[in-house]
Amino acid sequence: MPKHDKKIKMTNTVICGVGGQGIILASDVLCHAAFLSKYDVKKSEVHGMAQRGGSVITHVRFGKEVHSPLIEKGTCDYMVAFEKLEALRYTDYLKKNADIIVDDREIAPMSVLVGETKYPVGIEKKLQKFGKVHSTDATKVAVELGNLRVVNIILLGLLSNFLDLDEKCWQDAIKQNVKERFVELNINAFNRGRELSG
Amino acid sequence: MKSLLSGNEAVARGAWEAGCKVATAYPGTPSTEIIENITKYQEINAEWSINEKVALEVAAGASFAGARALVAMKHVGLNVAADPFFTMGYSGVSGGLVVVSADDPGMWSSQNEQDNRHYGRHAKVPILEPSDSDEARIFTKLGFEISERFDTPVLLRLTTRICHSACLVELEERKEIEVKGYLKDIKKRLVLPAHARALHLVVEERLKKLAAHSEIFPYNRIEWGKMTIGIITSGVAYQYAKEVFPDASFLKLSLTHPIPRKMIEKFAHKVKKIIVVEEGDPILETEIKAMGIRVTGKDKIPICGELTPEVIRNSFSKKRQTVMKKAEIPARPPVLCPGCPHRGVFYIFNKLKIVASGDIGCYTLGALPPLSAMDTCVCMGASVTNAQGMEKALGKDFSRKSVAVLGDSTFFHSGITGLVNAVYNKGYLNLVILDNFTTAMTGHQPHPGTGRLARGEQGKRVAPEDIARGCGVEMVKVINPNDLRATEAALREALDYDGVSVLIFRRPCALLVKPRPPYRIDAEQCNGCRLCLRVGCPAISLTFSEGRDKPLAVVDESLCVGCGLCVQLCQRNAIVLTKEPDA
Repeated sequence: MPKHDKKIKMTNTVICGVGGQGIILASDVLCHAAFLSKYDVKKSEVHGMAQRGGSVITHVRFGKEVHSPLIEKGTCDYMVAFEKLEALRYTDYLKKNADIIVDDREIAPMSVLVGETKYPVGIEKKLQKFGKVHSTDATKVAVELGNLRVVNIILLGLLSNFLDLDEKCWQDAIKQNVKERFVELNINAFNRGRELSG
Repeated sequence: MKSLLSGNEAVARGAWEAGCKVATAYPGTPSTEIIENITKYQEINAEWSINEKVALEVAAGASFAGARALVAMKHVGLNVAADPFFTMGYSGVSGGLVVVSADDPGMWSSQNEQDNRHYGRHAKVPILEPSDSDEARIFTKLGFEISERFDTPVLLRLTTRICHSACLVELEERKEIEVKGYLKDIKKRLVLPAHARALHLVVEERLKKLAAHSEIFPYNRIEWGKMTIGIITSGVAYQYAKEVFPDASFLKLSLTHPIPRKMIEKFAHKVKKIIVVEEGDPILETEIKAMGIRVTGKDKIPICGELTPEVIRNSFSKKRQTVMKKAEIPARPPVLCPGCPHRGVFYIFNKLKIVASGDIGCYTLGALPPLSAMDTCVCMGASVTNAQGMEKALGKDFSRKSVAVLGDSTFFHSGITGLVNAVYNKGYLNLVILDNFTTAMTGHQPHPGTGRLARGEQGKRVAPEDIARGCGVEMVKVINPNDLRATEAALREALDYDGVSVLIFRRPCALLVKPRPPYRIDAEQCNGCRLCLRVGCPAISLTFSEGRDKPLAVVDESLCVGCGLCVQLCQRNAIVLTKEPDA
């Protein structure tokens, strides 16, 4: 259980990527883990049009008392990006020296696929201007685990190293948010993510 | 006990706790999950109605019968349901009636940014505006109470950030409310002019009583802070304003129509300067100004777009925030999914240079390059009628190169009336129904064409082709849209047909079927001609490979679902299966 003084600090996390990558599940799990750790917590996401392969961002905030479900730009402590271009898109949310967890994955948007624009190069270097970059290859770990869909939980595992939430709360949060037959796989994925140093 | 719920889940919970018996809706972002969650409660008879007008009328009928009823819709849904909504304001209720409008500031998934607080005022109906999920639950319950006590429907006005934000919610048990049963009362429910004249007087009296109630409504409250700034706010804007002005005094309004004038006057008297922080139109601001109180509001805070903490902060900050250079970051708008059954139809539209009157659903994305296959999109069902109007203006020859295109769920929602209209008025209309067996954009809700009901149980299937024939259409065809040759042939035949034709392109949504093994590009065969790129599949891109002067196509095997559409375009048999599909 977190100590009282720790509860005073507000923790802001954005999770971003491409619609369909399991971003909403990841934010649900994080949100539940914070709830089970007795924090006040709020989460905001967008459904509908934004999920059809579009850019997706969710906000998760926890602390002693949370008002706004949206993180104010320039105040975000952690970013978990499932895709490199999407990490770059939302850097304006980050405060100075934020931790940026980014999966080493590139998904070209349609304008790049049809040759109108180019996928930016050197994203990692650009991200370094905004905080401490923890680049990882979660897809590789997911392949080892035999299911590409657990990339989201692997990245959460990595994030968990930075947050003051009990491991048991994380596990319970996973159990509450994934179907029973996938619980073991996701807990394995979470543990593998936790081992990644980034 | 506390639980973590989204605003939509909380409304569903609130309805259940309040003893609600009937709930209806047509899916629409950001309101959809209200009914999806209500279906988990067996005590509530929930349905997906075919449109919002139907949904509101069914709920109104349930209220007439003495049961508590809730109807949910997105903001533009209330345009469709406006007719019964206004009349219910006159008729009043028997069982409590809560009408939920989920507005979409910022237009995350909508065609406009209308502020439905105008509707409550226009229909003279009270409005409740929760500022988080817990209030969404409580206000749903209070909505039923206010509805019954004051004999009026209640508008529960949510916004995207209420619907799709989650926070801790206190849970209570359900309180069963006895269904009063139907009692005949034609002076109330049979709204002829003679009855309505009397009812209008009742409505005006009721507003006065509601105004008095607004003064004592416990969620209209003052939170005293420093007296230099007083914030008057409602909805999610309250939460943002609390972050931006943590020390200010607050008047938080929750029953926002009618407003509590005395409370506002008392607040205004004590604080030095008033800022009205509201999302959307200056509705509270205008009413408060009309009371002769000076306030700051939309002169600083934008009307357009959704509010966020930084939008509010920047509105009052002298130094302009540094704007990030975003030019070099390519946009990522949503796209039709890999394997989407609509893709082939749009490819042929583009190839035949068809003018397509479009409609609302995933398939609106067919308007984007490279498919660029849609010309208009107005509102649900307007594809059919817009196309007929263009033909009326330009003559029969225009229909030789034009179609109306809409999805199966949209057809049931409001396409059928337009189809009957075209048949009756001797129109030359080519109607294309993209039938993917679901309401895809909002997250796969069933509709009459699926034959499944809201809880997944079997209902009666209503087939679009039967409706088309029943409407008097003689040329009706069902085609597999993944067969490009058949798709093109059918479209050419329809364009040449004299009269009204209906083509139903039927194939399940790609997200509902098990993916087949992905394809790959045989680099030996590919000459980089880019033909396969014309279908705009997110799984296909170009890449440079060693020893080749031109970039070649490459398939992202993690995205490809093996639909095989691109295979039909390749002239060099360069797109091949990675492995044989299972039988």
